[in-house]
Amino acid sequence: MTEPRVFFNFEVTADSHTLAACRERSGYRALEKALLSMAPADVEKEVTASGLRGRGGAGFPTGAKWFFVDKKSRVVYLCCNADEGEPGTFKDRWIFENSSHQLIEGVLLAAYALNVRHAFIYIRGEFDLPYRRLREALTEAYAAGLAGERILGTEFCCDIIVHRGGGAYVCGEESSLLTSLEGFKGYPRNKPPFPAVKGLYQAPTVINNVETLATIPWIISHGGGAYAGIGNQNNCGTRLFGISGHVNRPGLYERPTGYPLKRIIFEDAGGIRGGKALKAVIPGGSSTPVLKGFEIEQVSLDAESVIQAGSMLGSGGIIVIAEGTCMVRLLQVLTRFYAHESCGQCTPCREGSAWMDRVLGRIVAGQGVKGDLESLESVTRGIMGNTVCALGDAASMPVASFLDKFRDEFAYYIEHGRSMNDGRLEV
Amino acid sequence: MSCLADKFDRLSATYPAQMRSSLVLPLLHLMQEEKGHLTESDAVFIADYLGVPAMQVKEALSWYTMLQRAPVGRHVIKVCRNISCSLMGAERLIDYLKQKLGIGEGETTPDGRFTLLLVECLASCGTAPAMQVNDSYHEELSEARIDAILEELS
Ligand SMILES: Cc1cc2nc3c(=O)[nH]c(=O)nc-3n(C[C@H](O)[C@H](O)[C@H](O)COP(=O)(O)O)c2cc1C
Ligand code: SF4
Ligand code: FES
Repeated sequence: MTEPRVFFNFEVTADSHTLAACRERSGYRALEKALLSMAPADVEKEVTASGLRGRGGAGFPTGAKWFFVDKKSRVVYLCCNADEGEPGTFKDRWIFENSSHQLIEGVLLAAYALNVRHAFIYIRGEFDLPYRRLREALTEAYAAGLAGERILGTEFCCDIIVHRGGGAYVCGEESSLLTSLEGFKGYPRNKPPFPAVKGLYQAPTVINNVETLATIPWIISHGGGAYAGIGNQNNCGTRLFGISGHVNRPGLYERPTGYPLKRIIFEDAGGIRGGKALKAVIPGGSSTPVLKGFEIEQVSLDAESVIQAGSMLGSGGIIVIAEGTCMVRLLQVLTRFYAHESCGQCTPCREGSAWMDRVLGRIVAGQGVKGDLESLESVTRGIMGNTVCALGDAASMPVASFLDKFRDEFAYYIEHGRSMNDGRLEV
Repeated sequence: MSCLADKFDRLSATYPAQMRSSLVLPLLHLMQEEKGHLTESDAVFIADYLGVPAMQVKEALSWYTMLQRAPVGRHVIKVCRNISCSLMGAERLIDYLKQKLGIGEGETTPDGRFTLLLVECLASCGTAPAMQVNDSYHEELSEARIDAILEELS
């Protein structure tokens, strides 16, 4: 394969995650290069030049995020967001299991650029192997003088602290992550002030996703310009796309941005199970609006292209749904999830998500009434844009888009008291 | 509790000294690993140890879903019920488990062997359906795989 690969550039074996193996594929060379020959500002310059955008979901340019931080502040914190909880997403986990050192190197490079003495990795509490792999890698890194005091014999010191989450989806939201890391229940905070100004313990803080940070060693090794040359111009680079649902070969695929969505589903992932027709695609994790099968014809894996089609590329978790699936019951899986995960801090999200789930439950039980769909829609409008964090929007977008795209199915369910697809989720 | 206090000390030493409050969740996790489930008096113990308000720890204890506030079985089975697993048959497997164990969601078998919990996405969507038994992940599940996994557990 001639396309550059930032992640899938080695064969996964029983010990490919170790420091020795990682060094063989030039691990920590970027850190050496930076610490021995670059000023912190040069590292930031390369990251800015690379055009890298955050891989956690929002796609904010990483260079710009770093620019806003006052590096002269007495303390600056870095938090790596490894809470990976968006349904349909399973990429950060791969990085921990197979290439923890790549992430550690990325954290150190970011810490060097941002003048960070203590960096935190907030990792999902449920993670088992990813957590153990990360811990092993950190032990190796400390023993090799790659983390802690006077890294590589230079003046640069940085400790990396692994913090396990408690099983709350909302803690992946950056301000909630900070509240949680400070030892409280994970209530999101109002923004502004943004974490770059007042973050962890009121100090300037950068929060970046695992995949974002793990890309930085490649950028420093090859140059920001080289990274900017991969894929599409405005959303460059490669990304880890996870495909799940009704495909023959679900899994994780690294592809350049701009890669056709249809191709990743029908060629890479082997098409739809049982040779069924494609009914729908949720392109960027469960919170992003659903698209009908025919709508993905021209869509490419580029943030702009997916937005034009009416959805978002989010976390890169592509959920594929085959013909014959009951969209009403599938939506209830999501409303139940968001109702469960709403932190309860603001009324529109707390009441709205619970109410939407109750109505969906009623419809699924065959007790839907005329007007349910209209009131569901009006509740989504009442939530969107009126909450402290984006979980409110995340809860609303699936409902609004499912109703918009598959209205007849919902109307049928209400009218007949049963699914027009036998309530099937599995095909 | 002196052995526990040693463990608390070791864990606390890995965080910057001015961040005592950040230790609430790590210590709750640690204590749960020791005791299986946590009570309000455990929360008070941690609060006293850290010098933070008891209310803060109690709130955290009741808010984070991974923290168990009631006794659980020797093996806690957590089955994902979210979207990608549902598309791959999670509902069928959940029914199978309920029948096999003779318990419902959130319940423990009378012999204290298994607790069955339904959880949200475990980040195993590409290898769905998935469940976690205690810490370990089990993926690409089928009825036969579940039989084999449960058989291994005493
Ligand atoms: C409800 C909710 C959950 C989120 N979960 C995650 C997550 O698990 N991991 C993640 O990196 N970002 C998550 N985000 C996005 C973060 O708030 C933040 O934008 C991201 O971590 C920034 O990193 P990036 O710029 O490198 O993408 C979530 C956002 C919301 C609203
Ligand atoms: S939008 Fe929902 S999850 Fe976010 S702060 Fe408000 S209640 Fe909590
Ligand atoms: S939906 Fe079950 S692991 Fe993601």
